[in-house]
Amino acid sequence: MKHLLDIGDLDAAAIVHLLDLTDHMVEINRRPMPKVPALRGKTVVNLFFEDSTRTRTSFDTAARRLSADVMNFAVSSSSVNKGESLRDTIETITAMGVDAFVVRHSSSGAPTLITRWTNASIVNAGDGWHQHPTQALLDCYTIRTALQRPTGFDGLRIAIVGDVKHSRVARSDVQAFTALGAHVTLVAPPTLLPPDTSGWPVDVSHDLDALLPDLDVVYLLRMQRERMRDALVPSLREYTARYGLTPERAARLAPHALVMHPGPMNRGVEMAVDPAELPGSVVLQQVTNGVAVRMAVLFELLGSGSDLPADTETGTRP
Amino acid sequence: MTRILIRNGTVLDQRGERRADVLVDGGVVTAVAPDLSASADDDTAPLTVLDADGCIVSPGFVDLHVHLREPGREEAETIETGSRAAALGGFTAIVAMPNTEPPHDSLTTIEFVRAQARRAGLCEVAPAGCITLGRAGEHLAPLGELAAAGVHLFTDDGNGVQDPALMRRALEYARPLGIVLAQHCEVASLTKGAVMHEGSCCSHLGLPGWPAIAEELMVHRDIELSRLTGAPVHFLHLSTARSVQLVRAAKAEGLAVTAEAAPHHFTLTDELLRTFDATYKVNPPLRTPDDIAAIKAGLRDGTIDAIATDHAPHPPESKEAPLDQAPPGMLGLETALALAITELDLPIADVVAALSWKPAAIAGLDARHGRPVEVGEPANLAVFDPTATWTVVPARLASKSRNTPYAGRTLRGRVRHTVFGGDAVVIDGVAQR
Repeated sequence: MKHLLDIGDLDAAAIVHLLDLTDHMVEINRRPMPKVPALRGKTVVNLFFEDSTRTRTSFDTAARRLSADVMNFAVSSSSVNKGESLRDTIETITAMGVDAFVVRHSSSGAPTLITRWTNASIVNAGDGWHQHPTQALLDCYTIRTALQRPTGFDGLRIAIVGDVKHSRVARSDVQAFTALGAHVTLVAPPTLLPPDTSGWPVDVSHDLDALLPDLDVVYLLRMQRERMRDALVPSLREYTARYGLTPERAARLAPHALVMHPGPMNRGVEMAVDPAELPGSVVLQQVTNGVAVRMAVLFELLGSGSDLPADTETGTRP
Repeated sequence: MTRILIRNGTVLDQRGERRADVLVDGGVVTAVAPDLSASADDDTAPLTVLDADGCIVSPGFVDLHVHLREPGREEAETIETGSRAAALGGFTAIVAMPNTEPPHDSLTTIEFVRAQARRAGLCEVAPAGCITLGRAGEHLAPLGELAAAGVHLFTDDGNGVQDPALMRRALEYARPLGIVLAQHCEVASLTKGAVMHEGSCCSHLGLPGWPAIAEELMVHRDIELSRLTGAPVHFLHLSTARSVQLVRAAKAEGLAVTAEAAPHHFTLTDELLRTFDATYKVNPPLRTPDDIAAIKAGLRDGTIDAIATDHAPHPPESKEAPLDQAPPGMLGLETALALAITELDLPIADVVAALSWKPAAIAGLDARHGRPVEVGEPANLAVFDPTATWTVVPARLASKSRNTPYAGRTLRGRVRHTVFGGDAVVIDGVAQR
């Protein structure tokens, strides 16, 4: 694997392989000294054209735990508008000697374009409304561990609720969850769904209440205030009333059901309960697993079989 | 102006098809008959002989829709480089779209464009005027003044005229002037931020969609405004199946509407955007196979009068950007004939009609272009080999820009010679100026 651009490029076996690798990274992260020399001498550049402290920090932590050298470039789109093209930015940083770019960009497809201008590996850390493949992997990992589904998601019923149209998380999760065998239902008003999902392997519903008792996972998407401007929903209040996870709805979930969110949450909107009071909430596990999944991805792209991180307690190798 | 003998070709024009040589002298056709070599040799004046063996000799082509970028964006194209691309594509006249800087909303700019075109001397450039000042959709441009100076086609191309009241007034005002208003049909509030066709592909890619309805609503509106005012409307670059249906129905009612389609809208689909390559970004966007079928049917039954390229040069640096940041548009002048021959299942006579005399009439250029190939007619001619195949190599195009979506494609049909104003401006595929 040279790049991670689109979770759709991975089949079920490739996803499971990365999740297995993540198990080892989780083990490393539990050590008193959570750091291995696997990527010593490798240079990873976090190139964020869009602000995202949490994703950047997660990648940064992942790279440092594998002993990679990390450079952070926060390129605000305004400085790009001042003249330097995306191509020039990439070629300039590549000239410094880079093994991988972790790219966040507000434009769908920007990481794909970047592969034309550098020999470094590209990890898509979120592009426009298109893809966020490491989010999909960490979500899969979280479900797999929380529901003890090490080999696949056959028979799992997952609802992705909210603004699917503008969500790279939803696009990535749909592909990853269904690749692993889950049954996915998108739940949103028609205005927040993509214009044509006829080719997607999902069901579509506009009625969250009808689905609740049968769900194994309810995945809430962030509801952005700017959607009100475009008349996609009348008000946040109405959105919460119809699609928010209220205490009443949470009470109708199955006891084992997970509640997930990619963050940052809008308390009182899509998350209209305190997640700390939800037994099924795995929101913080998602964040924890994010670091381990990103370690697995960076290791898969940059590691060279000979420097696999040995498990010091058992001596086994992944 | 030299004497030119076009030898051994097949003449094809609105009168039909016949084997004949064509002699040109002093800017006009002086003889059309089989085997003119002997009589041409009688004269002692120098003679340029153009071999047309296996070729069609037709009226020169007329492109209703070309962006020449000058004045204002000369890094993308100039009137000279665009004229050269046109001549190589067999065009003897092109309509220059008014979205330059400054735009074509004053006599000053119009005369500048004409002067630059005369200097280049490769084809006639007919500047289209703006409908509204600055193409801003607020105040009428000086339609009467520009009409008096010979401007025939008016459009805010790049923008549709959004305000129905303003469009109505423009049509009412235009009617006695004998001019044609041409509409870029796009209801802007439906295409905010749009980068590609709204459908399954944009849903997958997470890109804002440009819905077909945004074009069709304005086509429908302007058909009704043409009915109301009695003024003609020309529809630029139709891209959707329903738009073709609307125009077909309007024509059946006898309304004064005409329409054009661009080669990329009958050859390419939105699936190409999966590459995220902005070469494929164009406005209106590439659509679906069903739309392509409808555009082809519209060209076949005459609902769509003309093939117009919407030649839209952009320098590489602006197209090497993410789709939402790159400007829309693709080159068209040098590939139009070949795409029409390769991709349209039409008789050559119909292809030539859609490239020549039909657009000439819409542009008001039919006194000089798209004329029958007959004695006494102005010598604006295209000579092309309908069976020759060639491969599109961007670096070999005459346009200053390289943004063709057909790089590497092998096409059938190639322009061999172009005669403009009695001069051979292209000989054997090579521009002479």
